[in-house]
This record gives sequence, structure tokens and C-alpha cells, in this order.
Amino acid sequence: MTDGLGIWLYAVTSTEDGPVVLGDITGVAGEAPRTVAADALTAVVGSVPLEVFGDLPLHRNLEDLDWLAATARAHDAVVSALVPRGPVVPLRLATVFLDDDRLVGMLDDRREDFRSALVLVTGRTEWGVKVYCDRATLTDAVTEANIANTGGGKGTAYLRRRRAQLSAQESVERDAAARAGEIHQRLVGRAAAGRCQPVTEPALNGRRDWMVLNGTYLVDDVRTDDFAATVEELEKDLPGMRLELTGPWPPYSFAGVDRESS
Amino acid sequence: MTRPDSERRVALIDLLDRVLAGGVVISGDIKLSIADVDLVQISLRALISSISALGPEFGSEGALEPRLYD
Repeated sequence: MTDGLGIWLYAVTSTEDGPVVLGDITGVAGEAPRTVAADALTAVVGSVPLEVFGDLPLHRNLEDLDWLAATARAHDAVVSALVPRGPVVPLRLATVFLDDDRLVGMLDDRREDFRSALVLVTGRTEWGVKVYCDRATLTDAVTEANIANTGGGKGTAYLRRRRAQLSAQESVERDAAARAGEIHQRLVGRAAAGRCQPVTEPALNGRRDWMVLNGTYLVDDVRTDDFAATVEELEKDLPGMRLELTGPWPPYSFAGVDRESS
Repeated sequence: MTRPDSERRVALIDLLDRVLAGGVVISGDIKLSIADVDLVQISLRALISSISALGPEFGSEGALEPRLYD
């Protein structure tokens, strides 16, 4: 390959879905993406300078949040532009080959993996569901319920309230975790597959928006409305919880091998 | 329930969740530069949640440019 250039891999698609037309979308290095075909598989790639995207510079650049954000957006823009054309298997961010030959070799080696991943995502879209609960309000409600006001001095009342608060916090957390599990199971039942991602910790304790579930689901396109309706129902059934639907996403979370299917 | 816009606004954290932890992982005879993705992610999460405490324009409400799928 040309000196100083690496091959950044965006996604793998099926050759039989026809030519890849990306219009004027540019990639992570501002380059025009191109394709590399290996029989039934077509990879969408970009030629990127190794001085930025090589091993060591990449590690340094990934620590820079602005750079990472811009790179993630550019990667996602190329992957997303492929979605209307047909099934797409996205690659994890920062998969860089040294030349086209190595890429073709990998496509040949992993042909069956890619084919089954393409089959899995055909006619399906990834949707995220995040569940938040209002920890402060729930805890207050449980605290009040826990306090049997039997008089006593101010000190005793304070201690009793503090104890009630602590045990309320615990039971609210247990309860929320249990409900998050139930919500996930309900949604997995409406999807072809589902996964829980790590929950992002709120920056401040007692923030009103406490995330208790960060799930993502691969949903048949014909069942999109049904899935969205289920999210709405769940929110109605669970006072004090807010559900947020995100998407449509390219099937990032269901392209790899470590998936938990329903 | 919060519904996504038809113009898809994407929070950075949701995007990073997917592009750093999802997607096909290739290893072997290639230059793959992100083996320690978990470390990157953990430091990012800490960073993003601390930023989101400071301002609404970043973190879980930080929208990328809207974009259409079709």
C-alpha cells in the first residue's frame, strides 16, 4: 500500500446488494471512503495517515475527548450512510489494517462470521432504551412510609428518620434493580436480541435522573411500532420511572460474537 | 416516554457506548489499536459524567448534529 497510509475499516456489507454509493460523505481522516471486495463480502474502508491513525498516535489521540468525539461521529456517519443500502456489520472504532491484501485475507478467514452477522441484522434495527428513576422522590416516599411517628425527643426522631432514610435508600435501589431486570426481560421478548450496557453513573448522588438500565435491542423492522408501544406501556405501568428510546442505530451491539440472543 | 426525533439527535455517550464497545472486533495479523478499550471507556465515562454535571450541552444531553437516515 502507499507509504504512510493505513486502511481504516468502517463496515462489512454484502456484495450482492449492489454498488456502494456514499455521496459526499467523508471519513475519519476527511478521506472519501472506498470499497474492497472479497467475493460475497464488500468492506467499506478509508485510507488514513498512519501518523495520526497508527498504533502509538492513535492511543494518544483516543485520550483526547474532542478528537475521539469527532472520530466516532465520522465513523458513525459512514456506517449509517450504508444502512439504507442493505444489511451492514459495523466494525469497532479504530480497526486499522496495513494494506488491502491483509484486509482481504481477514475477510476470507472470517467469511462465515460476517455472513451470519449479516443474516442476523437483515431487516432489523438497533434501538436503545435507557431507564431513569427519580431516586430522591422514591426514597422520600419510602422514608415517610417507614417512619412510625411514636414521639420521643428530637434526637430520637432524628436518628429514627436517618435510619429510615438509609433503609429506604437500600430498598429503593434493590427495587429499581429488580424492575430494571423486568423491563429488560420484557423488551428482550419483543426483540430478536437484547443486551445491557454498563450504566453510566450519575455525577451527583441523588440526582433526579438516576439511570437504572442502559439496554439496547435488535428489533425486527416490522415490529418497530410494537417495540415502541411496549416502551410506552412500561413507562405507564411504572410510576417514578422514565424510559428513553434512542435510535435508529446501525447494529453496533449485535455485530460481534458475544451476543445474548433471546 | 421520550421518543427519538425523526432527525436523529445522538448523545455522544450513547454513540461512544456503541462504537467503542460494539462492532466486530478483529485481532490477529493486523494493526489493531484499541485492545484496552475498557480503560479508555472508563476514563471517558468519568470525564463525560463530570462534564455533564457542569453543563447541559455535554454528556447525556449533548446532541450531535441531527441527521436523517433516508
